[in-house]
This record gives sequence, structure tokens and C-alpha cells, in this order.
Amino acid sequence: MKELTIISGKGGTGKTSVVASFAALAQNKVVADADVDAADLHLILAPDIKHQEDFKGGRTARIDLEICTECGDCLERCQFNAISLDFIVDKIDCEGCGVCVHFCPMEAIDFSRNICGKWYISETRFGPMVHAKLGIAEENSGMLVSLVRNQAKVMAEERGLDTIIVDGPPGIGCPVIASIAGAGAVLIVTEPTLSGLHDLGRAGGLAAHFKIPTLACVNKYDLNEEMSDRVADYCARNHIELVGSIPYDTAVTHAMVAGKSIVEFSDGKVSDAIKMIWHNIEDFLKS
Amino acid sequence: MPQVRGRHDTGIDPMVICIASGKGGTGKTTIATNLAVSLDGNVQLLDCDVEEPNAHLFMKHELNHTEKVTTPVPKVDLDKCDFCGECGEICQFSAINVIGENILTFPELCHSCKGCMMVCLREAISETGRELGVLETGWSGRIEFVHGRLRVGEAMSPPLINRVKEHINPEKIAIIDAPPGTSCPVVVAMKGSDFAILVTEPTPFGLHDLKLAVGAVRTLEIPLGIIINRCDVGDDRVATYAGEEDIPILMQIPDDRKIAEAYSRGIMMVDVQPEMKDRFRTVYESITELVE
Repeated sequence: MKELTIISGKGGTGKTSVVASFAALAQNKVVADADVDAADLHLILAPDIKHQEDFKGGRTARIDLEICTECGDCLERCQFNAISLDFIVDKIDCEGCGVCVHFCPMEAIDFSRNICGKWYISETRFGPMVHAKLGIAEENSGMLVSLVRNQAKVMAEERGLDTIIVDGPPGIGCPVIASIAGAGAVLIVTEPTLSGLHDLGRAGGLAAHFKIPTLACVNKYDLNEEMSDRVADYCARNHIELVGSIPYDTAVTHAMVAGKSIVEFSDGKVSDAIKMIWHNIEDFLKS
Repeated sequence: MPQVRGRHDTGIDPMVICIASGKGGTGKTTIATNLAVSLDGNVQLLDCDVEEPNAHLFMKHELNHTEKVTTPVPKVDLDKCDFCGECGEICQFSAINVIGENILTFPELCHSCKGCMMVCLREAISETGRELGVLETGWSGRIEFVHGRLRVGEAMSPPLINRVKEHINPEKIAIIDAPPGTSCPVVVAMKGSDFAILVTEPTPFGLHDLKLAVGAVRTLEIPLGIIINRCDVGDDRVATYAGEEDIPILMQIPDDRKIAEAYSRGIMMVDVQPEMKDRFRTVYESITELVE
């Protein structure tokens, strides 16, 4: 079983549009959306939810003011300035470390697990999909990403599917690390801009840090061909295999508005480029 | 943390304006940098997208200070440790574990709550540092520039974001470039702002993520407005949504290949279309009115 995670570093380079097309092109696969705090893949794949569960993330301290004697021990110990002078815990600032709970002489602090979101197992026109929704302004996205990937693995094993395609989040922090750690390969979707190149360097660096084979493709390569050449050059020098380039075409936006992947929507040059990229990725995953 | 802010002789009200989006790549950095250079002086630009900081590519600032930012993690003195296991019990993050006559620490998992140090009766645990990344400050003309760069491999961005925000000067207009998404790093970046600008694009992904971002901003009770970038691609559902939710549209920017090409080379919108400066100043004036 091979797991491919698609990331980008920089947001908005076209990860999800590319993944939606891979979902249409790939056979025998599970698709997982690991961009849990701004998940968009479901807008194209239109999943029919078959099973859903609450996601219980970290804990938050809550002081029972009836029991609290305002001794101030918690205030002194909290490293996150999460407790106000009138002993109200700020839900956003609370790190869920439980130090105040442990030391409270009155045992006045509740420390229950939060429901931070939901995760789903669904069927789509392209096969099974595992996805999730982190509650707004919630934390522990990395934990939810790991859960989604694990569920996708379980499903692939149960159904004898040999490929998992994971739509990852932007950035290089906690949820990105959770979405690539242990993956068979990473594909970085980048764009020919100074920002895209800069962020490719950091995302590529992260994949190298975890020793994951890394591929890249340049989206909207014709926006600045000189910069596309610099991206290609960067990849060549950093053991990143460039698997293709996608031209700019407004059809991509039209496909999104129509709720379709571009390969379903049109037979134009973007579709051809993405088919070639998927072909190259399949070869890479087999090797 | 609403602070009392008075109008200065410059005719500019100091405030903290946060630029966020939900969906990535909608133009947060473009708006943050162009807004900063359009306002005359008394401006700070704080790039809080520490995972992928890009504002520096456009600001062409001169760096005048770089510092390594660390967070405290435990270091165990095995001569003092009696392997009682209390530290492992209190740690919610499995960053310190006692197994028989052995103690394992995983500094990467540590959230720096210092619980293990507080609970250790033999004072066997002291502090060492884990590098989160670097913090850099400098000037781009009259604009004070601050950003953080998360160390590649580091998972936790919020502590570094907070370190960047410590540089907010209440005497100035502070413009915060937030990371994409709607979870903890974004919330940490936005918290305490006087106003949030959500940058979106009129596509299904843009709209979907805008709704999530609006939810996050509302949780923080920050007044907000939206800027629709590439307003002529996609459909009109973002504008309809803004109308229904009574969210002011501060500006609409048409899709322009010239702007996109300039962006690809690190050139700012106001350098390609100088008349945009006036539009950004108007945005700032509308924000001042909305905050009042």
C-alpha cells in the first residue's frame, strides 16, 4: 500500500484542485482530506457520509467558582496567562497542560476532554473518502490529521485498495508534519512566484527532514516561465523529482464553480497536464 | 485587550489590523504589504505566518536584528532522579516518560508548561531550550518590519507568533499578516486585534473557507470586513453572502495578469498601479470608521 500526501507550503497553489483530479484518475484508492481546518475537497467530491464520529481532542481547564478560594496558586503556575484575575480560564489561551488542575488545593478545576470536531467516512463517485471538520478556532489539528490518515489506512486494508491519496494542509507546522510523517511520498504543488519558490524550499526541507521521497509540480507555470525554470532548477539540486507543469487556464475556476474536477470538466491542456503528472506519479509509486 | 488609543498629529489612529483568510493564496500578504506602504509612516508590519513568511520578499527591508527564539523543555539530572514517575503522570503530551529505571524525554512534544519541573520533589528537572525558530526585525523605509521564521521540523507555531506580536507598538498602526486556516495559529495571530480584514476570492473554496474564517473572527468578537481579490473570476456568491451577513466589502480587486506577474517577481501592486495607494488609504479610513 502506497500513501501519497499532497502539500504546498504556500496556500492556494492548487493542491485541492489537483487532488480532486487525482481522485478521478486513480484506481483502487482511498482519498483522505487532511486539511482539517479549511477542508475543501468535499466541495468537489460531494461525499455521501456513511459514518461519522466526534473528534475528542485535548482538554481545557474550567474553574468551579463555587469551590475556588481564589488562593492564586493556578495563576502563578500557568505558563500561558490563561487564567484571569477573577479566575476565569480563557478557552483559547488554555494549553490543556493540566498543571493548575494537578496543584489546585481545592480540586476546583474540571479538566474534561473537548469535542473539537467530527470525522467522516464517505462514499464518492470516485470511491471511498475519509475527511474531517475541525471546530472553528479549535486546536489539536495534528491529532485529527493523524486520525484521518489512520482511518484511511484501515479502509484501504479492509477493501484491498493499494493507494491512499492525502490532501494536506498549507504551511510546515503541526498539521503538515502529521500529514506527511511516514507517508510513502510527498507531492509539493507549487507556483512560479517568489513566494511559491520560497515556500517550496521550506516544505521540501520538511519532507527531507522526515526522509520522505519528494515530488513536485508547478501549477500555472506559464505565469512566469523564468521563475518556473528556477523552480525546476531548485528541484534538480535538492533531490526533488519534478513530475510536470500545469498551464494557467480559467477553466480550472469554472470547473470548481461547477463542482467538478478539471479532468471531468474539460479535455483541455490542464487536463492533459494533470493526466501526465498522475501517470508519472504512478510510475514513481511503483518503483 | 482594548486599549485607549488617541488620534495623533499625523491624523492616523493607531490600531491593530489583522489580515486573515481561511483559504490560502487569496492575497493576504499582498493586502498586508500594500496596505502598509500605502499608509504614510507610523506603521508596523508583523508577519505572523511564521510557517511560510512571505511579506519579507516584497518589503525589501533592511534587517537590523535577528534572534533565536527558544521554548523551555525539561532536562533531567539522573543523579537526582528516583524514577518516581510523577513527571510522566502530569505531562499531558507524553513528552517525559519514566520506564523502570530509565527516563525518556521527547522535547519535540513538550508544550513548556513546566509541570514536570513543578511536580518533581527532588528538583531533578531543570530547563533547557528547544529552538522554535528565529525572530527578525528591520525597517523598510519608515515601516517597521517584524517576522518570525519557524524552524523547519518544528511543529508548534503559536509561541513564535506570540513572540512576533510582543513587538506590537500601541502608538502605531500594526498590520498583522496571519497564517491561512481557522485553527490555533490563526486565532493566536488574530487575538487582540481591533479589526480583521478577511481576504477571499469569489470561488466555492474561497466562500467555504471565508465562512469558517468569519466564524473564527466572531468567536474573538473582532469587527471585520472583507476584500474580494480577483473579484471577476468565479461567481457572485461571496458578495451575496457578505450582504446576508451584513459584512462590509472594503475593496474588490479585479484579476489582472500584470499584477500577478509582478507578484511572481516580488513586486508590489502599488508599484504597478500607483493609483491603488489611494484605494488602500480609503480602506484604512473605512476601517477607522467601522472600529468607531
